[in-house]
Amino acid sequence: MTATTEPVVEIRKLWTVFQNGDKKSVVHKDLDLTVERGEIMSLVGGSGTGKTVLLRQMLGLETPTQGEITVLGKPAAELGKRGAASRVGMLFQQGALFSAFTVLENIAFPLRELNSLPGALIREAALVKLQMVGLPADTADKMPSDLSGGMIKRVALARALIMDPPLLLLDEPTAGLDPESADSFCDLLRSLHQGMCLTVVMVTHDLDTIFELSTRIAVLAEQKVIINDVPQKVVAFEHPFIREFFLGERGQRAMALLTPSPSPI
Amino acid sequence: MPTDDSPPRIEVQQTPEGRVVLLQGAWTAANLTVPAAWAALTAQFDGLRGEGGPAAAVVGEVAGKSGQTAATATGRWSLASIEKLDYLGAQVLWNLWDHHWPAALLIEPEQRVMLETVEKFIVRLPPARKSSWTEPLLLLGERLLSLIDHVKGLLRLLGQLLLDILRLIRHPQQGPWRDLSGHLYHFGATALPITALVGFLIGVVLAYLISQQLRQFGADAFIVNILGISLIRELGPVLAAILIAGRSGSAITAQIGVMRVTEELDAMRVMGIARGFRLVMPRAIALAIVMPLISVWTTIAALLGGMLAADVSMGVTPSFFFNALPAAVSVSNLTLATSKSIVFGLLIALVGCHYGLRVKPNTESLGQGTTASVVTSITVVILVDALFAVLFKSVGI
Repeated sequence: MTATTEPVVEIRKLWTVFQNGDKKSVVHKDLDLTVERGEIMSLVGGSGTGKTVLLRQMLGLETPTQGEITVLGKPAAELGKRGAASRVGMLFQQGALFSAFTVLENIAFPLRELNSLPGALIREAALVKLQMVGLPADTADKMPSDLSGGMIKRVALARALIMDPPLLLLDEPTAGLDPESADSFCDLLRSLHQGMCLTVVMVTHDLDTIFELSTRIAVLAEQKVIINDVPQKVVAFEHPFIREFFLGERGQRAMALLTPSPSPI
Repeated sequence: MPTDDSPPRIEVQQTPEGRVVLLQGAWTAANLTVPAAWAALTAQFDGLRGEGGPAAAVVGEVAGKSGQTAATATGRWSLASIEKLDYLGAQVLWNLWDHHWPAALLIEPEQRVMLETVEKFIVRLPPARKSSWTEPLLLLGERLLSLIDHVKGLLRLLGQLLLDILRLIRHPQQGPWRDLSGHLYHFGATALPITALVGFLIGVVLAYLISQQLRQFGADAFIVNILGISLIRELGPVLAAILIAGRSGSAITAQIGVMRVTEELDAMRVMGIARGFRLVMPRAIALAIVMPLISVWTTIAALLGGMLAADVSMGVTPSFFFNALPAAVSVSNLTLATSKSIVFGLLIALVGCHYGLRVKPNTESLGQGTTASVVTSITVVILVDALFAVLFKSVGI
């Protein structure tokens, strides 16, 4: 990996204002956020603090009212061009698999659309990714409607990673999964993160996932990022939301994971 | 997509120990998928194979031609000067080596892990299933069984509808009246403009074409008979039914199908709400009421169009048309058209509900169900119309 110090995602003075009739609601106000290479960052915040909106803005799916977002050195709005799959991968909450395609066709789709590599190579690459996310090779011919929730997430992850993008965005990666699948999904993410030099930004409410995976936590409150730091420091930060979110009963339980602290990169 | 990295390429160096192949540039998905880069690289691969002896398997082909000696895999390889390698790059390399580790390889541990992953996970896809001569027969049987299944389903729906209507008669206060009025509006009132337009235009076209023929015989006045009988008895009801099948039949399937996809149907069942009574019956009743009204409306529009065209092309005045119409078309035709329309409406609603309830909880099935619903309901309308024509051939003519 070439050692560049340039951050993967850089958000400067971001404003997001939703106009609802004649009511204006300000979601983000002068928000700054930087994601460095190799991090696994969790975006945390109460509902309505615009976590998913922020993720969609990083992908260029939504345009902020004001401010700039730079992803991999380029404005986020320019992301959705040909070959974007090699720059950023996104795991949508419901997987967003194409229901008319088989699993293998779904995974191979971004590569195949580029129309430059031979079909057999693409199929092999897709099969390797399918097995890297922990699914057996005979899943390849199934249709998305035949898959369980956990499998859909895995296939969607394989599709997001087919072109080995350096940046992976996850929207609620473990929501709707049973604890066991959620755990194995976390393991999978961690091993992929190590094996593929990924930078990961995820939105999640699942405290277990947050403490198990993240090397940094960014807390969204009061329309901005109030703290962006390693988990230990975030937990120690004095703020009503953090107190409620991390130090509640559920938080205490999940924080037990922190004690054999995962070494931050 | 333009990238900052240099394109992937290979370089062959002759050293005292023998030939060494150096990999250079970034072997990443972004670079490999640039058509020019890929073409250049394949050309280099071919050159390499040409030097190395008999051509090995072409890169990208499903490998495993194990009998062949892999010429490319025998040389010495160095990944020391490669800028980047990702899984796609590793895949390409592995195929180039014909799925064997080369004799001598200079490689970083991380890259070795990547290649080992590719080695571990590469599998041959099972060959496509061969078709046998029994397949068409099986397919025919399958079609037949599914047809029987559909007929059974429709019959069951019809039976349930009758029971539900009995229940409604016994307990009218429980009826889904608000639903019914909503459906009446959506299936009926909002369909008025389009049915009028189509009816009017068909009337004009028909009258114009007929007038050309009648003029040859000097039988101008008979246009009233022909238009009257054909529009009132046949075309009005069928035209309206086909339009409504396309418009409301598909809407019914889509509404109920979406409820299946979003598990709303299951939620209703859990609450103990009968979907036949709550979903199917109001739609069936609404269409049975709306259909004859729309049919009359379409017929009137078509007659107006025909009258206009007859006046313009043959000079048959509207007042003559009005006076001659009652004599040309007996009232029993109207009764027939109305009863036909009621049956059409019921059938369209039942077919729509039937396909809607059969939608599986995925979006693709929803699309297929809606298409099948429209096609079936139009076919059924025309079949039933033919049946009516045969059964009542002595009525009103």
